[in-house]
Amino acid sequence: MGLFEAILLTVVTAATPLLIAALGELVVERSGVLNLGVEGMMIVGAATGFAVAILTGSALLGVLAAVAAGMAMAALFAGLTLGLAANQVATGLALTILGLGLSGLIGRDFIGARRDPMAKIVVPYLSDIPVIGKLVFAQDPIVYASVALLAGVWWFLFRSRAGLVLRAVGESHASAHALGYSVLKIRFLAVLFGGGCAGLAGAYLSLAYTPFWSPGMTAGRGWIALAIVVFASWLPLRVAIGAYLFGGVTVLQLHAQAQGLGIPSQLMSALPYLATILVLVLISAGRRGSQAPASLGTPFVPDR
Amino acid sequence: MPPLLEARGIVKRYGALVANDHVDLTVAPAEIHALLGENGAGKSTLVKILYGLVQPGEGAIAFEGRPVALASPAQARRLGIGMVFQHFSLFEALTVAENVALSLPAETPMATIEAEVARLSAAYGLPLEPRREVWRLSVGERQRIEIVRALLQNPKLLILDEPTSVLTPQEADRLFETLERLKAEGRSVLYISHKLDEVRRLCDRATILRAGRVVAACDPRVETAASLARMMVGADVGEVRTAAHEPGAVRLAVSGLSLAAADTHGTALRDVALDVRAGEIVGIAGIAGNGQDELFAALSGERGSAAGSVVIDGSAVGAENITARRKRGAAFVPEERLGHAAAPRFTLSENTLLSGHATNGLVRGGFVDRNAVSGWLQRVIKAFDVRMSGPDPEARALSGGNLQKFVVGREILREPSLLVVAQPTWGVDAAAAATIRQALIDLAARGAAVLVISQDLDELFEISDRVAVIAGGRLSEAVPARSLTRGEVGLLMGGIHGEAAA
Repeated sequence: MGLFEAILLTVVTAATPLLIAALGELVVERSGVLNLGVEGMMIVGAATGFAVAILTGSALLGVLAAVAAGMAMAALFAGLTLGLAANQVATGLALTILGLGLSGLIGRDFIGARRDPMAKIVVPYLSDIPVIGKLVFAQDPIVYASVALLAGVWWFLFRSRAGLVLRAVGESHASAHALGYSVLKIRFLAVLFGGGCAGLAGAYLSLAYTPFWSPGMTAGRGWIALAIVVFASWLPLRVAIGAYLFGGVTVLQLHAQAQGLGIPSQLMSALPYLATILVLVLISAGRRGSQAPASLGTPFVPDR
Repeated sequence: MPPLLEARGIVKRYGALVANDHVDLTVAPAEIHALLGENGAGKSTLVKILYGLVQPGEGAIAFEGRPVALASPAQARRLGIGMVFQHFSLFEALTVAENVALSLPAETPMATIEAEVARLSAAYGLPLEPRREVWRLSVGERQRIEIVRALLQNPKLLILDEPTSVLTPQEADRLFETLERLKAEGRSVLYISHKLDEVRRLCDRATILRAGRVVAACDPRVETAASLARMMVGADVGEVRTAAHEPGAVRLAVSGLSLAAADTHGTALRDVALDVRAGEIVGIAGIAGNGQDELFAALSGERGSAAGSVVIDGSAVGAENITARRKRGAAFVPEERLGHAAAPRFTLSENTLLSGHATNGLVRGGFVDRNAVSGWLQRVIKAFDVRMSGPDPEARALSGGNLQKFVVGREILREPSLLVVAQPTWGVDAAAAATIRQALIDLAARGAAVLVISQDLDELFEISDRVAVIAGGRLSEAVPARSLTRGEVGLLMGGIHGEAAA
C-alpha cells in the first residue's frame, strides 16, 4: 500500500466523525434550534459506546448505546430549551461541560482497556482495485453509514414532505404554528436526531478511530462540526466538502510536519481551520441561498 | 337561509385584559362581512378564535348550523374556514409551491400542487410562478400566495385580515374583483379593515367592535364613513385643520443621493433628489421595501452618504452622524417605534434622554440632569396627552398609539427646523392619529420643514402640500398634492415612472 493510499485512508477516518456530527447538527439547526452541546453529546457517546462494547464484547451494542446516550443528552437539552424555553446558547454550553464531566465518570473504569478496532466490511475483488479499492470498498460500517446519512439527510430535507415541514419550522416557527404544525414536537425530534448523530460520531472515535477510551478524546471535534455547519451555509453537500477538507488538511499538515518543512508546527496545526473556513466562505460567497434559518436560536412559546 | 357561521358570547381574557367580551358575530352565506374596529378592539383575537389558533374562554360557535369546537387551524380548514393573515405567514426561503404544499394534506404530490396553483391563479386572476422563492416576490404577489393557499382548501368562509394595507390602489381593485368572484360562487368573506371607504364599497354587512365588545351591526352601504368612524371610536373624530401658508427657504435639499441596500431584502437608492421648504409638508408615498428605510437612514445620518447629497439649511451634512444633524436643528422619528424610536425596556425618561442628550440641555458636565429629563418628559406627556400606567413606565408598557404620541412629541417639542418622520400613524387609533397629524401641520405652520414617509395614501393626501412617490429606490418629482389623483400615485407606486407624473 503506497503512501498516497495510506494518506487517503486516514483522511476518511479523520473526516467521518466530523461529517456525522455536522449532519446531525445541520438537521437541528434547520429546525431552528442551536445546540452548542455537540462536543458534550459526542464525548458521552464515545465513553458509553466504548464501555458497553467492552462489557458486552459487541461493537454493535456499543454503537447503539452511544447513539442512545447522545439522544439522552439531547433530550435533556430539548427539555430545557423547548419545554422550558431556556436560552439555547447557555444550555448548549452547559451541556458540553456536563458531557465532558459525565464521560469521565462513565469511562473511569475503562481507561487503559483495549479492544480491536471495529471490523471492516471488505467487498471481495472490488477492494483489490488499485488506490480507490481500499478507500471505497474496505471501510468500517460507520464510514458507510456516514455516506448513507449524507444522502439520507439531503433527500429528507429537500425531497421529502417531512423535511419541508422541518425547514418551514426553522424558517418561521410562528407561520408554521399558524398552519397547524407542532413546532415543539418537530424540533424535539430534530434535536434527538442531532444527539443520536453526535453519539454515533463519538462511537466512531472510541470504537474505530482510536479503539480505546481516554478522557477528552473528542478534542474539540464537536466545535469543528458546529463551525462546518455554519460555513457550509446549512447545506448537506457542503457539509461533506467541509468535513473532508478539514480531515484532508489535518492529515496533510501532519505529514508535512513529519517532512520537516521548517514552518512552525503551531501554524501548520492552524492550517485545517484556515483552509476549511476559506474554501467554504468562497463557495458560499454571494449566494442568497446561503442564509441561516430565520428562526435559528429563537425559542418558541405558543400563545394560547 | 341559516347563517354560515354563528358565534355567540365569545369571551377571551389575557390576564386582566378582556380582548373579547361576549362577542356575537353572524356571517350569512355568499356575504362579504366587514369586521371593523380600532387597533386593540379585539378583531384579531376574534378571527384567531374563528380560525382555531386561539381557544375562547367562553362562548359557542356554530358552522353551517352545527355546533363546532375549533381546536386547531387544521380543523378549521377541514370545516371550510380559510384565512389570509395581515402579516403573511409565508416562508421566505421556500418556493411558492412549497409554501402552498405546507398547507395541504401530506399525500399531495408536488406536480399536482403546481398544476393546481396554475389553475387557481388563472381562474381568479392571481398570477403566480410556482417555482419562485418568496423572498423575490412583491407584497402583492405574496398576498396572492396566501389567497391561493386558502382557496386550495375550497373554503366556504375566507377570513382576510387588513388585506389592502400593503397594496397599491390598483392591486386593491384587483383583490376586490377576486373577492366579488368568490362571493358569486356562494362563498363568504370575513373582511377586517380600517379603510371605511373600501368597506362601504365592498361589504354587505359590518360588525363593529370597540374595546372587545360588539357596539353595532349595520349595513355599511347605507352608512357614511363618518358614521362608521363614530361607531368605531365612540366619539366624533376631529377633522385635521390645514392652514394655508407660503413655503419659505429650502431647509432640506437632497440631490444625487445613492445608497446601497441595507441588506438582502432592502432596495438601493438611485440618484434621489428632493427639496423641502420651510413651512411645507412633503409626503413620500410608496409600498414598503422600495427604499424608504434607506432614505430615512440617509436623511437621519444612521448611514452616511456623500457630503453634498444631503444639505440641511445650507450645510452639507451627508457625512455627519445623527447627533451632528440634530445639533443643526433636525429631528427624526423612525418607522418602528419599539426597538428603533424607543428602547423597549428603558423608561420613558431614559428614552427622552436617548434622542435629546445633545440638544435639549439634559446633560451637564457629563452628568445627566434628572430634573431636566423628567421636566422634559412631563411636557411631552402633557402636550401630547400620552396615557400610561405609573409616572415613568418602560416604553414597552405603553400602547402603540400612546408610544407613538410620545416618540413624535419628544421630537416636536424641540421645535426642530426640519422633521423627518416615517409612518407617523402606523397602527395607531384614529384619535391618536388625528393628534399626531395636527401636530405635524402645526409644526410646519410655525416654519419648520416636514418630510413624511408613509404608506398611507389617505394620510399623505390629508396633510401634505406636495407628494413624491418612491419605487424601486427611485423618487419621483414632488408635485402639489392637489394636482394628483390616487390613481396616478398608484401607478407611480407600481414603478411606472414618467407617464403618470408628466
